[in-house]
Amino acid sequence: MANGARAEERRWYDRLLVVDRRWIYLILALAVILPAIVPFDVSTGISTEVRRVYGFVDDLKPGEVVHIAIDYDPSTLAELHPMTEAILRQAFNRGARLIFTTLSQFGPAMAEEMITRVAAETGKKRGVDYTFLGYKPYPGITILAMGSNYRVPFPTDYYGTPVDSIPMMRDIHNFRNVKGVIALAGGNVADFWIQYGNAKYGVPLGLGVTGVMASDYYPYLQSGQIFGLIPGMKGAAEYELLAKRQGQGSRGMPYQMTTHLVILVFMVITNIAYLAQRAARKRAGEVRR
Amino acid sequence: MEPTWGALAWQGLAAIVTLGIFSFLAGDNPFYKIIERTWVGVTTGYWLMLLYHTSFHDKVWVNIVVQHKWWYILPTFLGLLMWLRLSRKLAWISRYALAFYIGISTGIYIPLAFKNFVFLQLEGAVRPISFDAAGINFVIALVGLTCSLSYFFFSKPHTGILGGMSKAGILTLMIGFGAGFGLTVMGRVALLVQRVIFLRDYSVNLFGKIF
Repeated sequence: MANGARAEERRWYDRLLVVDRRWIYLILALAVILPAIVPFDVSTGISTEVRRVYGFVDDLKPGEVVHIAIDYDPSTLAELHPMTEAILRQAFNRGARLIFTTLSQFGPAMAEEMITRVAAETGKKRGVDYTFLGYKPYPGITILAMGSNYRVPFPTDYYGTPVDSIPMMRDIHNFRNVKGVIALAGGNVADFWIQYGNAKYGVPLGLGVTGVMASDYYPYLQSGQIFGLIPGMKGAAEYELLAKRQGQGSRGMPYQMTTHLVILVFMVITNIAYLAQRAARKRAGEVRR
Repeated sequence: MEPTWGALAWQGLAAIVTLGIFSFLAGDNPFYKIIERTWVGVTTGYWLMLLYHTSFHDKVWVNIVVQHKWWYILPTFLGLLMWLRLSRKLAWISRYALAFYIGISTGIYIPLAFKNFVFLQLEGAVRPISFDAAGINFVIALVGLTCSLSYFFFSKPHTGILGGMSKAGILTLMIGFGAGFGLTVMGRVALLVQRVIFLRDYSVNLFGKIF
């Protein structure tokens, strides 16, 4: 009886604040599935920080060398793969020579698949137009060593070919021989690039990071320690828009919109319920007094 | 290009694994547990072999045994000393290796940390103001920075001008946290979206192949 009486006392706001989380998952799932069934486009504005990275790649002259660090693994692939693909395609089309490394332990196979696929699609040859040096552990030490000479941490490339025998690498020794580094990072490797790559060796640095990390790296943009920043899937969609080629970033925007709308509605409803509950408790307190 | 049956089989396995992980949302279950443990096993094996090839093989075996660079014996010896931490009696010897490691990393880290996090950040925060949109943004950021710093100044009561500044500082911090939260939501949703797009494309490919 007592339990029944307490249940009757529960008002709408009490019930809303203790709703079973599985209902939230279900509604979110429906919000994510909706754009898959009914496709639609979302207009995307382009931010200055993304435009700067695009501009850096677009200004590359044929033969100029850029280091692209694919420092993430499959856990952040959803956010970083679209921007990596867009950058690779643009840089290859500009005729730039690219050095690839990965300092994330689960990244090499994933990075290699993308590099070889995009290189084949753009007609680029390994060892001539690009080099994939592969993975080495301890990112800070590896970046410091690359600043001295790429051959110190990477005597051979990912496929076991000695770096000295790779035609593209003959005139490339360290960061002084590259136009800049674009680091696509899913963790604190981005810090190492800023601290060791930029602060110690002064190499121009552009970053592509996950949404979670983005707000931490904006101060470096203002101080000029990085020349551009691509934040998460939205940044990738902006980049694809600039490159005039739709990819996974742009494809994800309708899904992002519906899900964000649902989350916003949840937040508004929960706050209304919270305020109503607080007001009711206040009234109850006044009655008691 | 139409996918092959082999590619569809691998994608099907990925789809089953994805659904198995998502099944945890409804509650813990054996299907989820099997996939979780498989993932832990696969990643541990992958990482172990990667470390063996990139650390032991490339740094020790190739340098000493293949290329006869005998001076690599010294860092290898220091590395071996680290394993003595497993012995209660001889654990103290590993401190010599640690001393080298800490000494070198501190020497590299501290000057660069000052340059990176203090000097260059200060330089970025204090510069001439231009009379355009970028200049307005810079002024807003500078006011936000000053007010946020004043919130953490505890040597004077937060009353009067300092009180007002510290309140503005809290607001600035809240806006920062809000932006961080929004970006975090975007990041988490992106992970879900990528899987949903994968499942959708897989279903379309599979039905296209069958019918």
